[in-house]
Amino acid sequence: MTTHTAGASTRHPGLNLGEPHEEAHSANEELVFGFWVFMMSDFIIFGLLFATYVTMLGGTAGGPGPSDLLEMKGAFIETMLLLASSFTFGMASLSLKYHQGTAKLIGWLVVTLLLGLGFLAHELKDFHTMISEGGYPSRSGYLSAFFSLVPLHGLHVAGACLWMLAIFGQMAVHRIDTQVKTGLTRLAILWHFLDIVWIVIFSLVYLGGLT
Amino acid sequence: MTDESSFLLGRLGWDALPFWDMIQNPTRESIINGIIASGAAGMVVLGALAAAALITWYGKWKVLWCDWLTSVDHKKIGIMFIVIALLMLLRAVIEAAFMRAQQAFGLGGGFLSPEHYGQLFTTHGTIMIFFMAMPFLTGLINFVMPLQIGARDLSFPVLNSVSFGLTAAGAALMMISLVLAPFSTGGWTGYPPFTELQANPGPGVDYWIWGVTLSTLSSTFSGINFAVTIYKKRAPGMTLMRMPLFCWTALCTSILMIFGMPPLTVATGLLALDRYLDFHMFTADLGGNMMNYINLFWAFGHPEVYILILPAFGVFSEVFSTFSGKRLYGYTALVIATMAIAVLSFTVWLHHFFTMGQSAHINAVFGIATMLIGIPTGVKIFDWMLTMYRGRVRLTVPMVYAVGFLILFSIGGLSGIILATPSIDYQIHNSLFLVAHFHNMLIPGLLFGMLAGYTYWFSKAFGFQLDARWGYRAAWSWIVGFMLAFFPLYALGLLGMPRRTVAFFDPVYLPWTIAAGLGALIILYAIVCLMAQLWVSIKRRDALATPGGDPWDGRSLEWDTPSPVPEYNFPVLPQVNSHDAFYRQKCDGAPHESPARYEPITIPKNTAMGVIIGVSGTAVGFGLTWHMWWLALAFSAVALVAMIARGFARNTTWTLDAEAIERQQRAWAHQLEQFEPITRQWEQSEANRGVPVPPNEGAIQ
Repeated sequence: MTTHTAGASTRHPGLNLGEPHEEAHSANEELVFGFWVFMMSDFIIFGLLFATYVTMLGGTAGGPGPSDLLEMKGAFIETMLLLASSFTFGMASLSLKYHQGTAKLIGWLVVTLLLGLGFLAHELKDFHTMISEGGYPSRSGYLSAFFSLVPLHGLHVAGACLWMLAIFGQMAVHRIDTQVKTGLTRLAILWHFLDIVWIVIFSLVYLGGLT
Repeated sequence: MTDESSFLLGRLGWDALPFWDMIQNPTRESIINGIIASGAAGMVVLGALAAAALITWYGKWKVLWCDWLTSVDHKKIGIMFIVIALLMLLRAVIEAAFMRAQQAFGLGGGFLSPEHYGQLFTTHGTIMIFFMAMPFLTGLINFVMPLQIGARDLSFPVLNSVSFGLTAAGAALMMISLVLAPFSTGGWTGYPPFTELQANPGPGVDYWIWGVTLSTLSSTFSGINFAVTIYKKRAPGMTLMRMPLFCWTALCTSILMIFGMPPLTVATGLLALDRYLDFHMFTADLGGNMMNYINLFWAFGHPEVYILILPAFGVFSEVFSTFSGKRLYGYTALVIATMAIAVLSFTVWLHHFFTMGQSAHINAVFGIATMLIGIPTGVKIFDWMLTMYRGRVRLTVPMVYAVGFLILFSIGGLSGIILATPSIDYQIHNSLFLVAHFHNMLIPGLLFGMLAGYTYWFSKAFGFQLDARWGYRAAWSWIVGFMLAFFPLYALGLLGMPRRTVAFFDPVYLPWTIAAGLGALIILYAIVCLMAQLWVSIKRRDALATPGGDPWDGRSLEWDTPSPVPEYNFPVLPQVNSHDAFYRQKCDGAPHESPARYEPITIPKNTAMGVIIGVSGTAVGFGLTWHMWWLALAFSAVALVAMIARGFARNTTWTLDAEAIERQQRAWAHQLEQFEPITRQWEQSEANRGVPVPPNEGAIQ
């Protein structure tokens, strides 16, 4: 593709912007690669928290355990919201790549943002229910492990939503320039990454806890 | 601690002042400890005031702000990292001297209270690892690595400035904790349940948590920055296997930082949740599991050991090669050994707690894995010796450190093999034998490496050499002082003396603790020598100037630049054709070749991001430690707003025009012609202007 600006050997992993974005692409290079490396580092954090969570499963100290507190319905709705948001972000990336117009791009991003916020709202509601049923973090080691893992993912989603709002602000001031494009590329990586982390949470915490 | 807490000051009260206890309960012990603690606090306050007064007197605030604090130049950030490292080294060595003095007088009591002693070994360890070693190696990599791979800066210069801000914030918290005491007494490892709220409700552990967390974040970002720079920004022709070995060790260290720092972030983060939000991750009750902390901590702690030692190995590789006048022996083997160490470093963490209850089989596996690391390290030792073999070895100051390292580090490695045997470890774990072992690795390994690098590259940073006479005094005092201070601890450990003990009652220990105390005095003298060296060198900077830029007949690309290096590093990016790229140019008789045409260079603009994040980090850490919630919230908001605002910034670069570059380069070329080239024999004399005799003549001396 854009061999004369950035050779295929230095291409970063993930969705590349392609031919019409030569300038954006070379600016992308290090930035997006660096962000991937950061994601790897962040993934270690989640990996360790997953491992810690598993070792703490028995530490309920006579309090409620996973099968008493967790609900499949809520987790399933959250999963669907987040997966749908990843799909819509994918559509946004494609409309950025193929120049399908600012309106379409912003439209998909707004849908993504609303799905992300919907996920957060639903998750907070679930936490509220858990806490009112006696599932608060100071109750036991198990619940501490739960509340150090799952809300950290939520916090990441909240951060990603805030970042998207900041990018909307940048679009308003600077239109869709290179920085906005690279920003969106990186945000997309984070968004899909959070999807993957959620799938592990869903499988390990919810499916694992309820079977 | 006062029970009531106010909105404004949280739980900060008069009793935080180091002399408060002495006034309230004047006993002999409280007065002695109060005077020592107040003296330390006074030095911090006076030092800060004196620095501010001097800067005002000389009218340098603008220079400090524009040329240093807001600069995103990798060389300046590197230098600032090393300044922090040296200041913190000074503090932590003084603390070490107090600990040695306490043990020399420790038969039946000594003069320090157990709390004071606990704070001393905790701050000593925390500072030496997180605020001396880490900034020192980060600073050296920052300064040297882009020059060696032929790059103009790191991949993310602003992130680099933020990394510096975070480390500075952590160091600031450490210094503040001297004035508004106390610090943690939980050791640098901070094991729960001792560091949990039930046993330690005061602010000490919180200081430790936030200081360490800031440093950890800084190192994670530095690691990402270095790794991406090495992967993406090498000059044309600089293939991975042509990189100087220091860059290889920098790459391995960065990879270890990327993967090894998160476990510590998790460990301190969860401990903070326990302490602030009443979680039960590591508590002794309600289903907490403190072994999780120990696992997490050492999953960081062991890679950390190699984060610390690998850059030192890199420095020694450069030093042995340069001062033997030879290509590095076994370059490929050294690269493979470095990578092997980096990978193995993740497979041995359990040897830090052989005695904590896992089965003998697991211990055996980790014991063997630990011993395996001796193999690549042994390969390295032999490679360095063979680099010297039949070389024209010059015993310059960095070389004295390097040779001292070679011998002492091997001894330390052998004691490590002893400790790696679980059955022996059961006898000597938690004894002074262990303290002797890791100091034996870290002082001759890490610290000598850093000091060798500091001496070796100093002229590259400032344009003049460090005075050799004081340099030799410092190097020999470090070597002798280290041996006298730490070899007795092996004996004490075998005699059964536990580490972290404030006093003892067995007179058999006394001769050994006195000997170690004398060693500490020699190390103090070594520090004085280092300060004298800096002072004398600055005074004689004109006589010691090496503007030619190549004082040691160097081999890698950093010596291809003037000293001090211009902001853009290289007027045109060098084309690399072999290993030891600059030496090859000199052999071909064409060093510093000027291009046909100069191009304008884009340079990132200064930014206050590093300062804002640094100040916010300090304020948030301080606020959380003393429960001043408003302060923590306000400055979290400041940091967040700054990051969002930075996203709106455009025009973040400026362009240096080609004429200015050409002018500077011509002036330098003109200067080079006027200097008398010197042979290697005179490289530490005032005759050295940084222009060596060309290699084909220089090798015959």
